[in-house]
Amino acid sequence: MSHDILDICIAAALVIGGLFTLVGSIGLLKLQAPMARLHAPTKASTLGVGSILLASVLFAYASGAPSYHELLIIAFLFMTAPVSASFIGKVHIHLGQNRKPLPKPARDRIWATEAKREEDTPDVLEMKADA
Amino acid sequence: MATRFMQRLFPHPLLSVALVVIWQLLVNEPSINSLIFGAMLGVLLPFTTAAYWPNRPQVTRPWKLIPYGLIVAWDIITANVTVAMIVLFKPNRDIRSTWVNIPLDIRTPEAITALAGTITLTPGTVSVDLSDHGHALLVHALHAEDPEKVARKIKSRYERRLKEIFE
Repeated sequence: MSHDILDICIAAALVIGGLFTLVGSIGLLKLQAPMARLHAPTKASTLGVGSILLASVLFAYASGAPSYHELLIIAFLFMTAPVSASFIGKVHIHLGQNRKPLPKPARDRIWATEAKREEDTPDVLEMKADA
Repeated sequence: MATRFMQRLFPHPLLSVALVVIWQLLVNEPSINSLIFGAMLGVLLPFTTAAYWPNRPQVTRPWKLIPYGLIVAWDIITANVTVAMIVLFKPNRDIRSTWVNIPLDIRTPEAITALAGTITLTPGTVSVDLSDHGHALLVHALHAEDPEKVARKIKSRYERRLKEIFE
């Protein structure tokens, strides 16, 4: 009985994961602007991969050999995915493909990526002294 | 004297704990042997690399990370559904992508990193850039009628909590 419920949970997690990964791929094809397209893979990499790995944990538990590697995969994926997304966004600004003007930063002069000259580059030490 | 000795031995206590936990998960079989080896790694690695990161990142209220993580997990699920609906059923010409400018109250690099990561992980928003002195965060929203509203929501929902955790 309990195995039936577990099986249903595993199947549900797999289907949900597959669905969101599929929607992520559809978004990649359908959306037009590069920045909008960037939103599609973030979806696939959070809920999509997350629930497929959850299904893997549940299956390992059901088959009597519990496995926790998946938790590590989720943790490292969630830590690294924002970095690559930010890099792609920065490249987008660097290449000058951005058609909508950027808003003015709240209290500062420019965004870090817009810095062209040496004196424009942000000073980490200065940031620390500010804090 | 004793506390200074402890500080030398454990320059980054949170890192030590994280190393032990990660080692346990890597070994995948909880046993006393792997726990001891994990503890050795947890002491040795921070101790030998201490010279390369002299500043200890401050996490004043680490226990508040747990409710924060649950809130973010819930937001990831709901935002996933909303964004999936936008991707599948909204015609491209109706999608209002926009830049959002978020003035920051948090100042420590760890807190800002955590906020930027959270924003990217919740679908629909991607954090892209920081202003030159770190007082504002540039975020791209897939669909937002009112950028101000997005900025307010991020500030009240995530930044306020991160300020409690890190500062």
